[in-house]
Amino acid sequence: MAEQIQKKEILLREEQKHTFKENFHYTLHEMKRNSMCYVMLAPFMIFFLLFTVIPVIMALPIGFTDFDMAHFPPKFIGFDNFYAMFIEDDVFIGSIRTTLIFAIFTGPLSYALSFLLAWLINELHPVLKTVFTLIFYAPSMAGNIYFVWQLIFSGDSYGYLNAALSTLGITTGAVQWLTDANYVLPCVIVVQLWVSMGAGFLALRAGFQGIDKSMYEAGAIEGIKNRTQELIFITIPSMGPQLMFAAVMQIVSSFTVDIVGRSLAGFPSTDYKVHTIMTHAFDYGWVRYEMGYASAICFVLFIAMLVCNKLISKILGKYMN
Amino acid sequence: MAKKKDLKPSEIAAQLEAENAAALEALRKRREKEHRKMEKSKGTNKRVGKSWKNDIGIFLLLTFLGLFMIAPIYIAIVTSIKPVQEIFIMPPRLYAMDPTGDNFKDLFVVANNSWVPFSRNVFNSIFVTVTATVLHVVFACMASFILAKCRFPGVKLINKIVVIALLFNSTVTYIMQYIVMANLGMINTYSALILPLIASSMGLYLMIQSVGQIPDAMIEAAKVDGAGLMRICWGIVMPNSKPAIMTIIIFQFQAAWNSTGGNLVYDEALKTIPTVVQQIAAAGIARQGAIAASAVVLMVPPLAIFIAAQSNVMETMAHAGMKD
Repeated sequence: MAEQIQKKEILLREEQKHTFKENFHYTLHEMKRNSMCYVMLAPFMIFFLLFTVIPVIMALPIGFTDFDMAHFPPKFIGFDNFYAMFIEDDVFIGSIRTTLIFAIFTGPLSYALSFLLAWLINELHPVLKTVFTLIFYAPSMAGNIYFVWQLIFSGDSYGYLNAALSTLGITTGAVQWLTDANYVLPCVIVVQLWVSMGAGFLALRAGFQGIDKSMYEAGAIEGIKNRTQELIFITIPSMGPQLMFAAVMQIVSSFTVDIVGRSLAGFPSTDYKVHTIMTHAFDYGWVRYEMGYASAICFVLFIAMLVCNKLISKILGKYMN
Repeated sequence: MAKKKDLKPSEIAAQLEAENAAALEALRKRREKEHRKMEKSKGTNKRVGKSWKNDIGIFLLLTFLGLFMIAPIYIAIVTSIKPVQEIFIMPPRLYAMDPTGDNFKDLFVVANNSWVPFSRNVFNSIFVTVTATVLHVVFACMASFILAKCRFPGVKLINKIVVIALLFNSTVTYIMQYIVMANLGMINTYSALILPLIASSMGLYLMIQSVGQIPDAMIEAAKVDGAGLMRICWGIVMPNSKPAIMTIIIFQFQAAWNSTGGNLVYDEALKTIPTVVQQIAAAGIARQGAIAASAVVLMVPPLAIFIAAQSNVMETMAHAGMKD
């Protein structure tokens, strides 16, 4: 009996091997048949692998080490970084809260706003379309003109906002917009909103432009009564990919809010009011040179973004189908 | 109504006929109504709910929001043409009383007095930006067509990696990038400035998303006609993805134009305009006028590309004559 069972097992294994071999051959065959695909993919993928994928793969394990960029190789310390982050680091816990506040304002709000603007602009005359697209995209093109916002929010009466408010008689003295713990967060949120519209907005504009105009004519015949119906039944369903792209861009920009806060409110900001997770990573990575810890922080942020992305693509996917 | 099995065959037939007649009548009525509607809307506008009143409302709303978006840029421009004594006036004014080009002149004088002639930096910037943009757009177009429309082993995995790479934003990756480049001997060369820009996954992702919208039937038809993948890509898919291509040209040009090279380049002769401007602006508040002027100067090329690209995006009748 035992021998028979053994024989059967061997036979089974051989069968599995065979199918695996077959699979392998099939894959190889498919690869040969589609060789042109690989040729066309290669130019981009070579650079993509070298400068994006390999650095990311190299960076992932750094989170589990104690690495100060001077001592090679990095010392493996397991989950100590993550333990320290969630249990001992009060500033990190605070930064989660700040990041979430930023994410709520600059994520969904900015997403909805850029969609609304792209839609409204699409209804206008072609020349006006170009003009308004330019106006709303201009902040992204302006690059680092945070110095202007510093002029606007300046704490003395040279600041545009202070000057305007005192001329109108609303305030009497100069308000310390960027150093007062009560005002700094709203101010930075406004600037972040101003900056973050760019990529998603432009992609959505392109999406609107790509929609087949005859769909609307067909819609009118099918009994669509107003623009809201047009939006829900025709426009949004045919813009799935652009909506997804804008969502991903918005997730990235809202979770990685950092540079605006740092250049406006200084570093570190009053009471850590605009200290986000990314700022914390910057602090440990480039100020204290604790790359291991900084990397662990980035890893946690990455997981959060991944979960968020999965969630949104599920919601959008359900809506599209 | 009586149950069907209780009725005689002839009765069932009569009932069915009556039902059919009613349905036909309803359909005819609906068609007539639609026809009348069409007649009414003919000559004015085919789209529903479009009126000039609506348009003016939208225009006013957009103007209001647009003012908020454009105000800081306006202030930057005004600051750049203010003479020094006006910059520190109190309260600050929203216009220049005595506009001058001194700030711009200062900027170029300082830039020309540095170690290498400014023309060299201008050449570097243009060379890097144009090469990086052209190569990125060409490569991303080909790759996006393959990733969105072809089925072969590994395609799903690559698509996933592209999205994940988009989300992975780590301060640590820069060091790893440096290590990779050092091993390839690229530090302090033009390659260090250009090559990482080509691999931006944002443009590729946008292209994949847009190419995915093109009907498969279109590509199948071309295949049946004997067109190769290259031919399909450049002859059929890309002309139909024009808005997306223009968008990635804008993104990429801007990213390349503003790239400084960071620690990857230390030779003065290889530095681009933004790096030089940063060095000039590092003087702080004393050069506020020059900082504003440099911001304005740096804004011009992306603006030109943006306007050129946008006016090139025709109201494309994408996928016209080909419906899924």
